[in-house]
Amino acid sequence: MMHGLLIFSIVFLAITVMICSYRAIKGPKATDRLIAINVIGTKTVVLICILSFILKETYFIDVVLVYALISFVSTMVIARHIENRGSKT
Amino acid sequence: MKNVLIFVLMAGGLFFFLVGTIGLLRLQDVMTRIHSAAKCDTLGALLCTTALILYSGGGFIGLKLIIVIVFLWITNPTATHLIARAEHAQQENAGIYETIHTNEVKKDGDI
Repeated sequence: MMHGLLIFSIVFLAITVMICSYRAIKGPKATDRLIAINVIGTKTVVLICILSFILKETYFIDVVLVYALISFVSTMVIARHIENRGSKT
Repeated sequence: MKNVLIFVLMAGGLFFFLVGTIGLLRLQDVMTRIHSAAKCDTLGALLCTTALILYSGGGFIGLKLIIVIVFLWITNPTATHLIARAEHAQQENAGIYETIHTNEVKKDGDI
């Protein structure tokens, strides 16, 4: 039963990631796309966590930590770039 | 009993992810979309990862998952704050906040 719940959870998260990618592609402003990409990153973190329990490969948790770090740094750099671009022009 | 608790926590986390996604699609402004996405980032990730900690039954894997939760709870509000600050700088540059002085954001050089 718990195995089925985990599989349902990753399918559900994949569907919501696809819905979020609509906002990331279509978003009228740059910050819209950045928000959508940030949410997709968090969902991917949770998805890899669940996947590590389905496949019973516990070293995926280390992959999760590295992925969260890279996602945060990229979001921070792009947000700073948008802020600086707004102040120049 | 433990299975019921795992089910409730995971269903709550997926519910918050779904609500955040619908808010990201349906709300009309950038600031309201940021508001919706922050709920999705923090609470959904907390509930799903807590369910996984209960499923793993503690131990070293549970400790790693707690580290993941702490990291997400530090970085996600920081990222949301930075995005809101960039959006505010763009709107201020466009001249929306010219007469409202309470909306000023401190620049890096200010004290």
